[in-house]
Amino acid sequence: MRRTADVVIIGAGVTGAALAYELARRGIRNVVVLERRFPCSGATGRCGGGIRQQFTTTHNIRLAMESVEHYGTLAEELGVDIEFIQGGYLILAETEEEREAQRKAVALQNDLGLPSRLLTPEEAAEILPLLDITTIKSATYCPTDGHANPFRVVEGYLRRARELGVVLEKFTEVVDLEPRGERIVEVRTSRGPISPGLVVNAAGAWSGEISRMAGVELPNKPVRHEIAITEPVEFFMEVMVISIHNGIYFSQTMEGQIIGGIGLPDERPGYNLSSSLRFLRTYSRELLRYVPALGQLSVLRQWAGLYDVTPDAQPILGPTPGLENFIQANGYSGHGFMIAPAVARHLADYIEKGVKSEILEKLSLERFKEEIRGEAFVVG
Amino acid sequence: MTHASRVTRQEPKDEPIVCRCEEVTLPEVVQAIREGYDTVEELKRHLRVGMGPCQGRTCLPLLARVLARETGRSLAEVMEEISTRPPLIPIPFEVWRGK
Repeated sequence: MRRTADVVIIGAGVTGAALAYELARRGIRNVVVLERRFPCSGATGRCGGGIRQQFTTTHNIRLAMESVEHYGTLAEELGVDIEFIQGGYLILAETEEEREAQRKAVALQNDLGLPSRLLTPEEAAEILPLLDITTIKSATYCPTDGHANPFRVVEGYLRRARELGVVLEKFTEVVDLEPRGERIVEVRTSRGPISPGLVVNAAGAWSGEISRMAGVELPNKPVRHEIAITEPVEFFMEVMVISIHNGIYFSQTMEGQIIGGIGLPDERPGYNLSSSLRFLRTYSRELLRYVPALGQLSVLRQWAGLYDVTPDAQPILGPTPGLENFIQANGYSGHGFMIAPAVARHLADYIEKGVKSEILEKLSLERFKEEIRGEAFVVG
Repeated sequence: MTHASRVTRQEPKDEPIVCRCEEVTLPEVVQAIREGYDTVEELKRHLRVGMGPCQGRTCLPLLARVLARETGRSLAEVMEEISTRPPLIPIPFEVWRGK
């Protein structure tokens, strides 16, 4: 194992993989990615693969819009079919309040140049004919949203990064970080120490624990989200559907499988990754309320992943106050996969040139000293 | 609803099949192991082996043997890495929903 590296990235999820590639592409190639298990073994490999731009905060919308642009050319750039489908996202609302929130969200999104629009229930049914609109008050739709295969994306990023000289150390756990003065001077792993130039904390739900090793508290909390996938059926939905009423999301993969989940509002923070019957019953009930035709479709498998949730549901990006070579790249609150290509570019530009973008300034750890308006639509 | 998986649309393959549901062949498995996907869980995610309707009941023991042979690890060690996810057989949404 290398004993020194210009950049040590902790975590081989989509953030770590994308950043490794973006650094290598800029000529920063003495990069080591440390992964406790294997690439995609955390939230990235457990997520629904949705790529949405219809958010309610300026930064989330901007990062997502930049990412969609990158996702559009990523397959060609990495030489991997990432199964990117831009079939749009249809967001459902069932109350007057939710409709008003949608109207405001679309206004902000349109101001930022996103082609989202508010739809009547009938217009929503034109996009997804199997949708039962009995309880639907309104919907929003953005045709450039979509979904992709997280495994292919991470494989693609890592393959290119490694071709350019990046080293991936899987089954290598970070056990301690040693800060001295204003720097982390040593990363201790289960396979020996590394002297880092910079350390990037891309450990997802474990970011808080990693950060604590350096004596830095993050406001992030791990929260379980469960998900399920069905047998494949004939392709009938290009669009990905989510609801701000109950937090459900579902889409159809290239394989024809319906993948989706629903957040349970009383889920307590923690590292519980078990699968529950309660989730499957709730998800089935809400899914069939929206698409009754799926009643006889069989669930093949369910699992869980951990959202790394911040108080405002926006990521924490950039250097840590007091520890300038410790870069945070976490806190995605369930939206890491969809914004990773943009996040990686912002962070790689900072690491290369030392200049923070406006987004990095706004999304630094320091913001939690002040009160800030958070993301309202925390769904897949 | 018509079930039509990717597999049924493909041309039949000549090589020995390890995973029938996802139609993954022995040479594909061996190549993936040599590329560094050298645990059961990584192979599942890379090749989709074991992720079809049988949920790996047929193929994962075969896969484990290939993996043990290729990596020189013991079969018991390789088998221990296998994780399972409920439900163990496909069950329709309307059954989960109940009445």
